[in-house]
Amino acid sequence: MANYQFIDHKFDVVVVGAGGSGLRAALGCAQAGLKTACISKVFPTRSHTVAAQGGISASLGNMGEDDWRWHMYDTVKGSDWLGDQDAIEYLCRNAPAAVYELEHWGVPFSRTSEGKIYQRAFGGMTKNFGEAPIQRTCAAADRTGHAMLHTMYGQSLAHDTEFFIEYFALDLIMDEGVCRGVTAWKLDDGTLHRFQAQQVILATGGYGRAYFSATSAHTCTGDGGGMALRAGLPLQDMEFVQFHPTGIYGAGCLITEGARGEGGYLTNSEGERFMERYAPSVKDLAPRDMVSRAMTIEIREGRGVGPKKDHIFLHLDHLDPKMLAERLPGISESAKVFAGVDVTKEPIPVLPTVHYNMGGIPTNFYSEVVTRLGDDPDKVVPGLMAVGEAACVSVHGANRLGSNSLIDLVVFGRSAALRCADTIKAGATQPELKPAMTDGHLARFDKFRNASGGTTTATLRLEMQKAMQEDAAVFRTSESLASGVERLAAVHAKRPDLKVSDRGMIWNTDLLETLEFDNLVGQAITTVAGAHNRTESRGAHAHEDFPDRNDETWMKHTLTWFDDKTGKVAIDYRPVHSYTLTNDIAYIPPKARVY
Amino acid sequence: MVQLVLPKNSRVQKGKHHAAPAGAKKVKTFKIYRYDPEGTENPRWDTYDVDVEACGPMVLDVLIHIKNDIDPTLSFRRSCREGVCGSCAMNIGGRNTLACTHGHEEVPGKDCQISPLPHMPVIKDLIPDMSMFYAQYASIEPWLHTTTPEPQTEWRQSPEDREKLDGLYECILCACCSTSCPSYWWNGDKYLGPAALLHAYRWLIDSRDEATGDRLDELEDPFKLYRCHTIMNCAQVCPKGLNPAKAIGEIKKMLVDRVV
Repeated sequence: MANYQFIDHKFDVVVVGAGGSGLRAALGCAQAGLKTACISKVFPTRSHTVAAQGGISASLGNMGEDDWRWHMYDTVKGSDWLGDQDAIEYLCRNAPAAVYELEHWGVPFSRTSEGKIYQRAFGGMTKNFGEAPIQRTCAAADRTGHAMLHTMYGQSLAHDTEFFIEYFALDLIMDEGVCRGVTAWKLDDGTLHRFQAQQVILATGGYGRAYFSATSAHTCTGDGGGMALRAGLPLQDMEFVQFHPTGIYGAGCLITEGARGEGGYLTNSEGERFMERYAPSVKDLAPRDMVSRAMTIEIREGRGVGPKKDHIFLHLDHLDPKMLAERLPGISESAKVFAGVDVTKEPIPVLPTVHYNMGGIPTNFYSEVVTRLGDDPDKVVPGLMAVGEAACVSVHGANRLGSNSLIDLVVFGRSAALRCADTIKAGATQPELKPAMTDGHLARFDKFRNASGGTTTATLRLEMQKAMQEDAAVFRTSESLASGVERLAAVHAKRPDLKVSDRGMIWNTDLLETLEFDNLVGQAITTVAGAHNRTESRGAHAHEDFPDRNDETWMKHTLTWFDDKTGKVAIDYRPVHSYTLTNDIAYIPPKARVY
Repeated sequence: MVQLVLPKNSRVQKGKHHAAPAGAKKVKTFKIYRYDPEGTENPRWDTYDVDVEACGPMVLDVLIHIKNDIDPTLSFRRSCREGVCGSCAMNIGGRNTLACTHGHEEVPGKDCQISPLPHMPVIKDLIPDMSMFYAQYASIEPWLHTTTPEPQTEWRQSPEDREKLDGLYECILCACCSTSCPSYWWNGDKYLGPAALLHAYRWLIDSRDEATGDRLDELEDPFKLYRCHTIMNCAQVCPKGLNPAKAIGEIKKMLVDRVV
């Protein structure tokens, strides 16, 4: 093995990832006087938060009466009761303050005539515990994520966060169950770095690119989840993968749910507004899992549109062009570029497309990573936190509501920072790092750098993506999932035959993509294993052989551990928290989920 | 004259040619700038005969096809592939743009030349060093400055005042504009360039911001602002259809207004 040398850094807190949750956490830690580093494989404003469109949910009540309890009820129901209600209460209570904070930092929200933040309707958001749709989603046109991310990056420039940009995190430095830091590869000069910290916060986003077609960016490779699995930690609820109903047919680019929030609707080949049949009260504003299933059924039953009858139309052509230009300019442009459609005149061809991972690294509402140890299902992993899509708090349970992810980012990014401020002493002495803690990191890096088999990373990655796309789709069956388990085992078995053609250390994107692929594989395997294991249907996990929700057996979180050497998955469970945070609201007991 | 920043004491050589696979239906040649910082060789132009029927419609689709199926060593930045993250800015067919939203059929001629953004140091292949560009962005203090105590809820802003931010806040920091600007090529170390100035104006015109005077003081400088000679390349190339030159003109007007 080549003689690799680390360049050492010591911080109180190291945040991995500079999207919405990473920036919010880093900002909060810096404000609390902690020496904070934020490392990211892309320049912060290029993180995938930038692509969020429709908005950020909070019960501000700018468009009529609202209450955080209503928001909580919707989130619990949206999650198909798999969400932890203490965390959901924390999210919904803190949401308005988090949005006002963003506004005070300068986010250019759209405005009402009174000059307040404009809010639009979104799927599953209702008033008075499910009565009728409500306008709760705060929007900056249809570029809310972009506006937020740029504002937060600007704000972090005003504080003392030290950025390490275009550093790719390799592995967690673990010391007998305690996280002591993270190793990283600096792309622009090829050096390797060891970041020691009292607390590492993983804010690395989702793993959408495990699938062939996703709204997710190419960089959404779940690097934090991959690192956690290699550190021997479990991931939670991986079987719950959200398909966004309206990805552009072919390209897979996102068309915001806000398009339906502003009055858009879906039609099948008969021109029928079919959502009226599936969700009579909220129609096109049903939660994403339901709309995606409805669209899939319409296509299956021969009512898809287009020459192959394999997609659905989203209509905005009945709406006022002036409103479209003001509220939905971004998707109007996307539809033009990627589908050749003028939204004021024609419908957009759309298809359910992989969009979000409800599962991830299990945490409590302080954002501390937890695992199951013997009888303790909430054992905190010292030194490690996770936030954002990388984490599973779990506020989204089995299905996330649109616009609940942006609020998740800032509320739990903030909660992580508050917890750091409470538990960490700035500049406290840290134990010496031993080479044995990082030898494995270097061996893995070197192995892939010199991989000289016969299968390119692109080939094997495609094999994984096709298996996920076909076998762990909107609807799953025992047969498809068994096939998925087998196909992914084959992908895992071919890993030693990988071939990397570039041997360099500087911006070696061949190696970078291989390391990212390796992060994806473990998460793809735990996703199908979890799905195959869960013999019920709940939220985004629609199992055709077990079409009903089964609270008696399955009201629990799946934990999956992954053995990188053998490819084997171990499964255990954590109970769903059947309590809230305070007495301001009682536990919302499960009932049938109809809209 | 627009040019690539070459490594010291080097010249661009003719590079490798990758022929189209047998049975290719529709072949287009892509001539791509290659530079390996760890080798001792000169930069080179590699040519790839690509069957464009086998890839998607955008230049980024072609680049990914080349990386996946022809030459995995080719390096470039990319992320969102839908024109919002700004990663894949490069010079395509002589024009700065985003690879992900630029169709390969839009590039005139039989061959398509792809090189990194001009006048930026190149780290490797199509990847420029953007450090100075980012530092210039940071220098305009891109955050809301207020001294009035914050309200319990939001700062009020009328829809009319909010509208003033349209055409400004959408900037994705891809640097297509700045690196297409001759003034920026000549004085890139002192002139802030169209992207940073567009952002400067975005905060100047925000009705919530209370540091207009300080911001203008910072910009009143023969180089930072006044190197803009309204050449307008910035507005012509902006992949988001923004007009930085207009924003710069507005800043100049604000500076005049406060004197007269």
